[in-house]
Parts: sequence; C-alpha cells; structure tokens
Amino acid sequence: MRLNDLTIKQAKQGLRNKEFSSEELVKTCLDVIEKRNKSLNAFITVCKDEALDKARKADDLLKNGQDLPLLGIPIAAKDIFSTKGIRTTAASKVLDNYIPQYDATVIRKLKDTGAIIVGKTNLDAWAHGSSGENSDFGPTKNPWNEEYVPGGSSSGSAVSVASGMALGATGTDTGGSIRLPASFTNTVGLKPTYGRVSRYGIIAMASSLDSIGHFTKTVEDSALILGVTAGKDEFDATTPSETVPDYQTSLTKRIKGLRIGVPKEYVSGQEGVTAEVKANFNESLKTLEKLGAEIIDISLPNTEYGIACYYIIQPAEVSSNLARFDGIRYGNERESFGDEAKRRIMLGTFTLSVGYYDAYYKKAMKVRTLIINDFEKAFEKIDAIASPVSPTKPWKIGDKTNDPLKMYLSDILTVNCNLAGIPGLTVPSGFIDKLPTGIQFLGPKFSEDLLFRIGHAFEQETKFYEKKAYET
Amino acid sequence: MKIDVLHIAKLANLPLSKEEIEKYQKQLSSILEYIEKLKKAKTDNIIETSQVTNLENVTKKDEPTPSLSQNEAIANSNNTQNGSFKVKAIFE
Repeated sequence: MRLNDLTIKQAKQGLRNKEFSSEELVKTCLDVIEKRNKSLNAFITVCKDEALDKARKADDLLKNGQDLPLLGIPIAAKDIFSTKGIRTTAASKVLDNYIPQYDATVIRKLKDTGAIIVGKTNLDAWAHGSSGENSDFGPTKNPWNEEYVPGGSSSGSAVSVASGMALGATGTDTGGSIRLPASFTNTVGLKPTYGRVSRYGIIAMASSLDSIGHFTKTVEDSALILGVTAGKDEFDATTPSETVPDYQTSLTKRIKGLRIGVPKEYVSGQEGVTAEVKANFNESLKTLEKLGAEIIDISLPNTEYGIACYYIIQPAEVSSNLARFDGIRYGNERESFGDEAKRRIMLGTFTLSVGYYDAYYKKAMKVRTLIINDFEKAFEKIDAIASPVSPTKPWKIGDKTNDPLKMYLSDILTVNCNLAGIPGLTVPSGFIDKLPTGIQFLGPKFSEDLLFRIGHAFEQETKFYEKKAYET
Repeated sequence: MKIDVLHIAKLANLPLSKEEIEKYQKQLSSILEYIEKLKKAKTDNIIETSQVTNLENVTKKDEPTPSLSQNEAIANSNNTQNGSFKVKAIFE
C-alpha cells in the first residue's frame, strides 16, 4: 500500500506512531502529481517547494508531540479558494495572473490545524459546469477511464483524491459541483448546509447558493474536515452562530430504525434517470434496509421546476458577481471570459433586466419557496432522503459540450438541495461499466452529523471506497 | 422568446464577436424555452425566497482592524500610478 492510499485517519495514526514522516507522505502525493497530472490535468498550480517546507515543519511539531486535527496531512484546494501568495485563477483566463493577498477563511483554518496545501486544482471556470470541460486550462480527465469526464465543477479536487494526489480536497457546491464529481470518481463529497462553512475569500459564483465543502476517501475523513472548516466567521454574514457538534461521536451509531425517504420524482420522473442508475440505486436501498433503515416513498412535487428555477437564480447572481471583473483592480479585461461565463452573464443580465424581472427572477424566487416547502413537509415524516446523484453514469469527454441545456440537466438531482440550503452527502455506491457511481443523502439544515452517520454505515457495509482508480 | 443579444451584451459590458452573437441567440433561446415551464407552477400568495439562512440584520462592531496595505491592495493591478489604480478618463 502506498502512503497516499491511506485515509486521513490512518495517515494521522501513522504520523503519530512515527511509521513515516509528513515529508514522506507529501512526497508520495507530489510524485503522483508529477507522474499523472500531465494526462489527468487535475492541478493548475502545484506548490511543491512550499508543501515540502511545510511538511518538514509539521514533522518538527510532530516530534514535539503536537496534536492538531490535520497536522502533516496533504490537502488540495480548488483553485477558486484564495491562497495568499499562490496564484488563484478560478480556471479562467481573466485571473491567470492573479495572486491573492490573503487566505480564504477555510484555507486559513486548514493551515492553522496543520494541513499542507499541495496545490490548486482545476475546475470548470468560475465553477460553471458539470463536467470539468469548461476550464480555460483544459478539461480534467477521469482517472477511472481518461476518455470520460470526472464530473464538475470541482473536477480537479475530486480527481486529486481519487488518484492519490492528496488525502482530501476542498470544493464548492452551488448546484452539485461537489456531489456530482464525487459520484463520478468513487470519492465522498460533502455539500454542507448553506452558511455552515464560511464563503469568505472564495471567488463567488451564486452567493445565495454557494456551499463550501470537500472531498475525502471516507465519510469519517469528511466529518473530520468539517469539524475544522465549519463555524461562524465574522467575515461572512451568512454563517450562523449555530454550534458545531463533534461530528466524530455520532458517526458510529447504528442507523436501525431511521426513516429514509425516496422521492418518487427523483427516480421515476420524466427527466431520464437511466435504468442502470436506477438498478444501482435499488441495490443501495437494499443495503440500507439490511442495516435496519426503513425506506419510505415520498413525494417532492415541485422537483420538476428545480433546474428551471436554478437556471434563473444562479445566472442572475453570476451576472452580478462577475460584474466586478473590470480589469482595473485585478485580472484581465472582460473579453477574457470564456464561453460558459459569457453565456451565464448574458442569461442573468436578461432575466434581471427591465420588463423581464417579474416574469423570470421574481417567479423563480417564489418557486424556490415551493421547493423549500416540499423538503420541510417531507422532513416531518422522515429523517433523511436518499437518491441517485447523477441521472446517468459519467459521459465521454465532448458528449455534451455543444448543448448547454443538456449539460445543465445533468444537475437535475442535485440543484434542489442548493435551492433549499440543506446539506447533502455523496458516498460511493458501486460501478456501472467500470465507472464509479454514487448515492446522495439529504437532510434538514444542520443535520450533517446524521448524514455522516448514514453515510458511514452504508460505506462500512459496502466498502466501495477500498477500490482504487489505478487498479482498473 | 427571442433575446436582444446586442442589448444584453451592452448592459453586461461584454464584448461579443458576430459569431458569438448568433450562437448565444440560439442557445439562450433554447434555455429560455426550457425555463418557461416555471409558468405552470402555482405561486399565488407565495412569498419569494432571496436567502435561506433566516438571519437578519447581521452586524459587527465598527472598529478598525488590520487590513491590506496600499501596496498589497494594488498589487494585482496591471495599471497603477503613484500607489493608485489608473483608469480611463471619464470626461473628455
């Protein structure tokens, strides 16, 4: 077993027991990056020297018996998180020379708890996309089969964890951008409750939807990172003072008796969940039943409006957030925007423009209320929801690039969670034609501990995470 | 629904080529056609949701704290003069 195959929990144990050093662990990750990044294109910037330097410092602290939650652990950061002194591009040519003067709150917290940033990962530019192909720095490839997309927008972060380039990676999820790539790469992806993790210093996409999460190999590791990143931040007014529970303690509780709802609109809706995805999902439900959970059919009647609602609200917020890029204070001028960013700016500007605001934007904000009400009503009778993540298995690179609407519809099972601001956790659920697929668990606001508990039980029963991309 | 792409591009301050204008005309129309389905949703007496935190009037103490120096603040600009951002003239 290579050191970078370890989970964060295992690596922490190894470091503490002096079985290996942080420098060795970080070197193993950097070696994989050096060997495979050329073809996988997971990283835009690799921080080799800084990472090795920090690893040696972590080793000194470890020698002195220091114990921090992520001391000496190599972590990758989506290149939309500001990193002081390290180029941050959002995978857009607009920012190809931008060097932040400060760290995002999440980056600061990761560093403060001993994590080592190995590099900045590729993404759909500005986090606009479901496949990773919208990057101005070229598409990221799926390590399970390089002809296929790894899912987006947090494509490089998912791939970095799936291929052993880092033990964990940060991501952002505005409409599925963590959960979808997690399900396509056999990794665990968490989209926390809106506001649970600070957005400060993360280049904004759609401010009422952006949720800050991460990728790991296991649910336990995911809980460990959230314990570090969650909490109130005076620099982000949308972070509530809600206490951050100890996510590790409830993790191992059994799930017997939990009521898990399956929305009929998610599995038999008209929007084309493929038979193979359904079959995989039904297998997962059997596993949950075996573990003692009660599967209950539910209805979220406004599900069908999700994508339409999302593709009004999100581009509207995008057009406003991207208005600040004028090439004066930082970055290049507006002609440097790529295709998809321009498309979303145009769409958002249109729906917010005089004469159309009421018919589109205002209507969408009302439909958003209906979608929230659906979830609230459902959670009166059930503890959590289970559903597939993507309606299809990963698709081939290039398959959807000429049809933006088709690409948008890939998010049909993930966007409603963002509109409602509730948390979602994706856990590997097996393989379709040797390509990974996942299941997502959704819960009421601030129920991350419950989702970890369900995810952990499911993962320990199925153990799909033990299968590695390079074994295929 | 036909979008006046030129007008929207002007509002958004986006320089577009002739090919782009044609392409976006087509693509945005097909997206809008899909979005039209929202019209079916019954939203009488439904209040709009603009944010999901339910937090209101979040404030913090108005006290100065350490922040970026002038040099740091302009470090990423391509065009500065005497420690300031240089912009195009607004008046002739």
